[in-house]
Amino acid sequence: MTGHPTDFLWLVPALPLAGFLVNGTLALARPATKGAVSAVGVGVLAAAFAVAAWIVAGMGHGEAAPEIVRYWTWMPVGALSVDVAFQLDQLSAVMMLVVTGVGALIHLFSVGYMRADAAYARYFAYLNLFVFFMLVLVLGANFPVLFVGWEGVGLCSYLLIGFWFGEKVNADAGKKAFIVNRIGDVGFLAAMLLLWRHLGALDFATVFERAPADLALGGPVVTAITLFLFLGCTGKSAQIPLYTWLPDAMQGPTPVSALIHAATMVTAGVYLVARTNVLFAMAPVSSAVVAGVGALTALFAATIALKQWDIKRVLAYSTVSQLGYMFLGVGTGAYAAGIFHLATHAFFKALLFLGSGSVIHAMHHALHATHTHEDPQDMRNMGGLRRHMPWTFALMWIATLAIAGIPPFAGFFSKDEILAAAFARGQDAPLWYLFWGCGAVAALLTAFYMTRMMLYTFHGPNRTGEKAEPHLHEAPWVMTGPLLVLGLLSLVGGVLNLPALVGGGQWLHHWLAPVTAGAAGFLPEADLEHGTELTLVGIAVAIALVGILAAWRLLKPADLVPARLARPERGLGRLLWRKWYVDELYDAVIVRPLTWVSRNLLWRFLDQGVVDGVGVNGAARLSRGLGWIGSWLQTGEVGLYVVVFVIGVVVVLRAVGS
Amino acid sequence: MLLGPALTVSAILFALGVAGVLVRRNAIVIFMCVELMLNAVNLTFIALAQQLGVAGHVFVFFVMAVAAAEAAVGLAIILAIYRHQETVNLQDIHLLKG
Repeated sequence: MTGHPTDFLWLVPALPLAGFLVNGTLALARPATKGAVSAVGVGVLAAAFAVAAWIVAGMGHGEAAPEIVRYWTWMPVGALSVDVAFQLDQLSAVMMLVVTGVGALIHLFSVGYMRADAAYARYFAYLNLFVFFMLVLVLGANFPVLFVGWEGVGLCSYLLIGFWFGEKVNADAGKKAFIVNRIGDVGFLAAMLLLWRHLGALDFATVFERAPADLALGGPVVTAITLFLFLGCTGKSAQIPLYTWLPDAMQGPTPVSALIHAATMVTAGVYLVARTNVLFAMAPVSSAVVAGVGALTALFAATIALKQWDIKRVLAYSTVSQLGYMFLGVGTGAYAAGIFHLATHAFFKALLFLGSGSVIHAMHHALHATHTHEDPQDMRNMGGLRRHMPWTFALMWIATLAIAGIPPFAGFFSKDEILAAAFARGQDAPLWYLFWGCGAVAALLTAFYMTRMMLYTFHGPNRTGEKAEPHLHEAPWVMTGPLLVLGLLSLVGGVLNLPALVGGGQWLHHWLAPVTAGAAGFLPEADLEHGTELTLVGIAVAIALVGILAAWRLLKPADLVPARLARPERGLGRLLWRKWYVDELYDAVIVRPLTWVSRNLLWRFLDQGVVDGVGVNGAARLSRGLGWIGSWLQTGEVGLYVVVFVIGVVVVLRAVGS
Repeated sequence: MLLGPALTVSAILFALGVAGVLVRRNAIVIFMCVELMLNAVNLTFIALAQQLGVAGHVFVFFVMAVAAAEAAVGLAIILAIYRHQETVNLQDIHLLKG
């Protein structure tokens, strides 16, 4: 290949799109195809990753100007002209590599996980389409193109959550995700309209160039724009108050949870904040809101994860919690730390989800083989799986140590950097000490609930049942292979951004510096003294160790009984198990009043009463009444008609003549 | 010039036609009254054509042609009604009403 690498940037999203078209055609024409679908589905992702890596390798290090590739003009409306254009800079490069890299591994895993599914081709078609939209999202050079990707991944998320739509609970979960995301999208749209109104442009380069000059620093306009953007982020990235859809999204196939609801799509909000870092840095209030919501979500979701029994739900709340950390990072102004955690989280959370996928796979087959109707995702039915699935067991422990923040695993460095940044900000604004506290407690809970999950799943005696136990076995290599790669990445992912403290060069930090340079002018990252930093690292490691050891000492997997024999929870445990009753609260405060208003006010009164009654039927009744009066004149007497006619002629002639 | 008397005659003829249409009950008589009105208008056209040019003459031919066609259709309708109702008295023909 010759020419400049960015000439081939279009190939990266085009490959998954081509995969979608081929697999979509196969899904419609020959639903039973498997071999060709796997080859195309995984092949396009591998090729996209290769092209992306080649393009990124060609990027000059420390090159400040983002490269914008324009393809065609999309919306020329008056002074506004929106192009379909991609932007290659340091941030989109990182995202592009994470999406295609982790995406390719998860596609490969899916080959094994979905092998027996009847709608295999449709699954891969959706998955390819998702990757296409995700790449449009991270590569888009202006807000509308980003929004197309933003909506597109939402659509694919909906399609894949409800992939097994035969069961109503799955279809409902998909619907919930879609509708809750719409609330956030209103915020995104409002932010775009405000940007256009006040800056007259929607492409990133112009917006970030004009914003510092045209918008008042910390003024109401920039605060409103960023808060609206953040509303969009809370929807897409499952933060308080719009996080409720993500745990329900676990109804989809497990690789989907790994790809969409852990590694890529849900991090779009973090990406958006990092992308618009200039705007957020100009609005200190919004940044504090972002950090506060992030810290609160991290803590809140971690408490719920303590008492979940469904292995995927533990991971779902863990994802919500980790996303909270990322928002704490980007809200604090540590954009590089937020993106760093995004990348490491993509590694270890994808590993955890895929690991849980292979556990569920094994459980499903064992229960299926013995015709047992138990929940294959309930941890109370597992136990002792380490003897049957040693690879999954070892790799998931790596991911658990990574998420708990044990050095030298990847999660330790990224989480520690976020917490250190929040603590450093506390020197000027004590509020940030509170955020740091939330994050630290959440880290303790994270270590605890992750160890709990590992203990109940892999340690202790087996509770699957005597007949089913011999059927438990390790997943095929096509599934454990991707796990191995992700395990390696979770192990060494920290080298991306090794802190100076351990002699690292903070590579990612410097790499992203051109992107965050605009924000650094308004919100310089606070520095910590060397001693304080060491103390914080010590505290973080201690917290993680305490969490793990506490879970190890307090929880007794041997005392656990299978789900069907378990007694209902009581007290605080019940409160956590029922997720603080937030779903019930939303149902009572928002959903039911809304359906009441819709049914009684909008439907019965406005639609049936006013539109149908007064408008449609009223018009009919009016013309019928008029016709009745007219029929009164229609006597059949020609003489009378003639008299009326002559009078009419005289009247008209008089009117015309005068 | 006979314009004044000619217009007077035509006005009288038109008024007679209107009165006949209004007061008579026999369909054929009413029909004749309509013809009377048409011819009153024709007379007006001719009289005014003396001053205003040949267009009035042309109009008269058109009116006569239309009147002939109308006579054919109208008489046919009256004949059809008579076959059906055995009368041409309009007071007895009032089936068509709302």
